[in-house]
This record gives sequence, C-alpha cells and structure tokens, in this order.
Amino acid sequence: MSKAARSVLWIGVAAVGAGAFAMLALARGETVSAAWLLTAAVATYAIGYRFYSRFIAQRVFQLDAARTTPAVKFNDGRDYVPTNRVIVFGHHFAAIAGPGPLVGPTLAAQFGFLPGTIWLLVGAVLGGAVQDFVILCASIRRDGKTLAGMAREEIGPLAGGMALFAILGIMIILIAVLALVIVNALKSSPWGTVTLMLTIPIALFLGVYLRWIRPHRVLEATAIGVALLIGALFAGQWAAADPTVAKMFTLSPMVLAWSLMIYGFAASVLPVWLLLAPRDYLSAFVKIGVVLALAIGILFLLPPLKMPALTKYIDGSGPVFAGSLFPFAFITIACGAVSGFHALISSGTTPKMLEKEPDARPVGYGGMLTESMVAVMALIAACALTPGVYFAINSPASAIGTTVTSAATAVSSWGFQVSPQDLENLAHQVGEASLLSRTGGAPSLAVGMATIFSRFFSGGGALALWYHFAIMFEALFILTVLDAGTRVGRFILQDLLGNISPKLGQVSWYPGVILASALFVAGWGVFLIQGITGGFNNLWPLFGIANQLLAAIALSVGTTVIIKMGKPRYALVTLIPLVWLVAITSTASVQKIFAADPKLGLLAHAKTVTGSLIFADYLDAVVAGFFLISVLVVVFDAVRVWLRVIAPTGNLAPQP
Amino acid sequence: MTLLSSLLRIIGVPDYEGYVTHMRERHPEQPVLSRDDFMRERLSARYERPGARCC
Repeated sequence: MSKAARSVLWIGVAAVGAGAFAMLALARGETVSAAWLLTAAVATYAIGYRFYSRFIAQRVFQLDAARTTPAVKFNDGRDYVPTNRVIVFGHHFAAIAGPGPLVGPTLAAQFGFLPGTIWLLVGAVLGGAVQDFVILCASIRRDGKTLAGMAREEIGPLAGGMALFAILGIMIILIAVLALVIVNALKSSPWGTVTLMLTIPIALFLGVYLRWIRPHRVLEATAIGVALLIGALFAGQWAAADPTVAKMFTLSPMVLAWSLMIYGFAASVLPVWLLLAPRDYLSAFVKIGVVLALAIGILFLLPPLKMPALTKYIDGSGPVFAGSLFPFAFITIACGAVSGFHALISSGTTPKMLEKEPDARPVGYGGMLTESMVAVMALIAACALTPGVYFAINSPASAIGTTVTSAATAVSSWGFQVSPQDLENLAHQVGEASLLSRTGGAPSLAVGMATIFSRFFSGGGALALWYHFAIMFEALFILTVLDAGTRVGRFILQDLLGNISPKLGQVSWYPGVILASALFVAGWGVFLIQGITGGFNNLWPLFGIANQLLAAIALSVGTTVIIKMGKPRYALVTLIPLVWLVAITSTASVQKIFAADPKLGLLAHAKTVTGSLIFADYLDAVVAGFFLISVLVVVFDAVRVWLRVIAPTGNLAPQP
Repeated sequence: MTLLSSLLRIIGVPDYEGYVTHMRERHPEQPVLSRDDFMRERLSARYERPGARCC
C-alpha cells in the first residue's frame, strides 16, 4: 500500500472511531446499539497499537531483532525457551486474562456504560498496555528479572522489599474477593454448587489419567474433561430438580466459604500434577473457547445497550458500591484498563519465552488490548440487561429487601422500571430460586452472557443451561486463580519464614508446607468471611486499590528504567499513567478510610455497627492505609532516584 | 509446529520434545530427564512463584 493510501486508511479509522464515540456520548433517552461501542473500541485499539506502541518500540526502547533475548541467551529447554510469538501471545493472554476483566466492568455499569467504556479504552491504550509492554521490555533487557527484583535493583532495597510485601498483600485480597464472588454466585444455588463441585473430581481424574492411564496425552484428556464438564452441568440440573438432593446442596455462604478454604489448602499441599495442572489445562481451554464464543455472539447479535450512558449514581449514592465516579470508576475497573498484576506475568514466564525483542510489542501491548476487549464484552453483556434487572441482582438486601415485590418497588422508585413478575420469571427461566441481591457481578454477567448465548446458539431457549454454563465458566476461572494463587502465596510465605527459621523455609518439609499453607489460607479466609458478613462492596474497592497500587509500583520501575536509559523526555510514557494512578489510589484509599458517609468510609461505618463487624471495618481500614503508604514509599523512593540520575551534580538531591 | 501442538503450548503444557532436542544439540554429554521426570519438574516449578497466573 502506498504511503498516501495508508494515511487515508488511518484517517478513516480515526474518523470512524470518533464518530462511534460521538454516538455513544450523545445518546440520550434511547437505546444505543453495541455496534457503536465495539466500533469505538476496535478503532481506539487499532490506532493505539499502530502508532503509540510503535513509538514505544522504536523510539523509547529501540527494540532490535538482532539483540539476543534471555530465552536465546539462557536457553535451557526448561524456563528459558525461545518460542514462536503466536504461541507466546496465546500463553501470555491465557495467563493475564482471568475473572477480573469480567467482574469489574459489570459492577461499574452502575455509573452507566459511558464511564466504563472510556476508562477501558483510554486506560488500556495509554496505561495498562503501556505498563505490560514497558515491563516486558525492561525484563527482557535484564535477563528476565522479576518486578520485585527490578524494583530492588533500579530503585533500591526499600522499594524492592515494599514491592514484595505489596505483592503478598494483594494476592491475599485478590483471592478473598474472588472467593467471595464464587460464594455469592453459588449460595442457595444447588445447580451451580453441584456443577462446580464436580469439576474438582473431574480435575483429579484427569490428573490420574495423565499420570497412569494414558500418560501425557493432554489434548485427549482435555477433550474428555470438556465432555465431563458438560455432563456436570446436566448433573447439576438433575440435582436441582430433585427436592432431597437440592436441599442437600443448597449451601449457606459460610459453608461455601469454608469449602473454598479447604480446597485452597488442598491445592497448596497436594502434588501439582494431581489437581492444579490438569485443572489449569482445562480452564485455559474453556477460557479461550468461551471468550471466542462470546465475541462471535456479540458481533452477530449486536445487542442494544439498555443501560443509560450515565446514571444518577455518578454522585456516589449507588447501591452496587459506594463512592462517586472519581475515583471509584477507575478503582472498580482495574483489569481491562490497567492491572498491576500483569506486571508479574510480564516479568515472569513471558520474558523467558520471547524469541526476538520486537515480539514484545504484539505480546505485551497487544495482549493487554485483547484483555481490554474481553472487558468491553463483559460491559456490553451487563449493559444489555434491563437496568431494573441489573440493579435487582446487584443491590444488597439492605437496599431492596428480600422479596420480588419489595425489590421491584425499590428499584422502580430509583427510576429503573421493573415488575415483580419480571424478576420472578427471570429467576424461573435461569433455573434459580431467586436472583435478588446476588452481588459480586458474576450472576448478572451470567444472565447477560446466557441471554446472548441462548439467542445466538439455541434460538432463545435453554436459558437455564446457558446461565449455569456461564456461572461454571466464571467459577472455573476463579478457582484457577484461587488454587494457583494459594500455592504461590505459600511459597512466598515459606521464603519469608525461612528468614526466621531455615527449617520452615524448606519447601519439602511437610510441617513447614502445612503451616505456611494454613497461614496463607487463613489470611485470605479472614477477609472472605468478613466480606460475607460485611458485604461485597468494601472488598472489591480494596482489591481495585491494591491492583492499581501494584501498577503504580510497576510504572515507577518503568519510569526509572527509561530515565536510566538516558531518555528522561520519553519517561512521560509511563509518568502520565503513574500520576493518574497515584491520584486515584490515594484519593480512593483516603475516602475509603475517612469519608464521613458510613456507606463509604470504613471508620464512619465502624461507629454504626457492633461486634465482629467493627473489627472487619478496622481491618479493612488498616489494609487500605497499608496500601496507601506502600505506594507513597515506592513512588518517593523512585523520585529520589530520578532526581539523582537527572541531576548527577547533586544540586537537587545530594547523594553520598 | 502443528496446530495441535501449538494449542498445547498455549494452554501451558511443557515442551518435552523441545527439551530433548535442546539437550542433544547443546549438552550431549549431560543426562536427559525422562518424560515423566521432566513434566513433574516443570509443573512444580510453575506454581512456585508468581508470574504464571493472574486475575
């Protein structure tokens, strides 16, 4: 294509994207087709990838195909393996995309579809994808070093130690909040509970199959696993239809929480080939399949967005979670826009696989744009629901009561018309006793996904099967994070305990393994249980703050690396998202701790409750305070290094 | 590289053939792990540190 033709093409892409944004922003009083949202997304990603990621690749890092990557340099056939970039992309995407980008946008839909859309697109192109890409580049230039390692080396031991502690703290909150999503999706749902429970023996069977029956036939085993999962779905349906069995598996949130804790503990102490590895294969497979199916379904149906562009809840009075648009829209949606956790992947397995430096652009930047697209699809699925239904599912019982009549009255009085019959019928159609106050995002997303799948694949029928399929898919996603995270957390903890007593640090000494596993499970278990009693809406913002804090650490490392390359001007690439993240995390944590409104402020809330709830509020407040302090420490430590590098004479920051 | 083996790599199955080729070419003097041992060693290494799975 000639240069002129290319220019015309990209001007065209920009114009179409701008037009789609205008349609979204100016829509008032009528429904907008999801086609506009998809068009705006694709145009934004295309322009970001073509121009901005090229700028970072060529000007900032000067990626060079002739330079040796760690995978080539240290090729050992194990950790360091030069791999085709299509495979690295798939592997990286399967590692970064979890339940986060599905849940966050669903919750943020309480502000309307516009804030979430803008943040997902702008945040990914200028923030999240930049972070993933820059950290990946920095790591491949440093023999595949980890984020904490780079923080220690580039900034200092304080920042390095803080980063390691922050990672542990974030993993605890992450696992707790995701476990709470499962608990809220499965409570009083025998169908979902039976289906998810059956996935565990299925994984164990696959482990045994791969070990003894047909060793190493992974594709075969995974195909059997998928068939068994479908069987589990029907088994759940049968269980829910039989009154005695249904009663047995209608579990309370506390029972579910303890079951998840036992499961996490088991995953941490059992050999990985038995449970973790086969379940991981299965869930990576299902993940890619379902994401593709959802994309195809949305593309062909182009459902209208029934949620308004903006709701009145941007003032902070919303029932789904407390807090106003700024900063809480940007905290609620972390994954899909900017997710600090990705920096661990970009400095973990991925840099050890890249064959050539320029591959970092499609993998790092492109991988994040793909995740952002998944989040956009989740947003579409949530906003395609009738707003009344969305709020009835996602508002706590304290706001809408416990009967369809009270819920319909409350939600309609907020301006989102819905009748008790609508709520009753929908619950019946999806095969649940009730959908009221099923907070956590998963059930409303499952209703949205089931509607799309059912219309696309089965002509509007079989809604109950699709709903439970979606619940199983989300829960499987979450179990992957929960079990692998618990095991990794156990290893980090053993590493720390090894400093106190070397015996406890031995990863093969059983008492040490059990102690560290129990400690780590207890760590997230405390937050899970207080989340059940205290509600979902405190825990999710805490997770968002933690995740964005890790992003701030990663961007501080990125900025330091770019400044040390002698390119302080280009450090704006990471400095801009860094400033924004520090602004939102510090505003959000201060509001979360000190706000006078008891719905938002933890300390104010502690004054309105009694007993263990007071402890829960104080605990959350301490955690939020810890996150705030760690981000400030790392950022100030980094600024000190920047000034020293830029002004080596010592006028600005005298150094010994 | 066939489509199926690419799919295996993407879902995270360790590459034993690649490992054997690597050892033969680069370290012919060293012993090569059996498929069982290689798989067990790779899988347990994966779940020991952050960097393989995310939210």
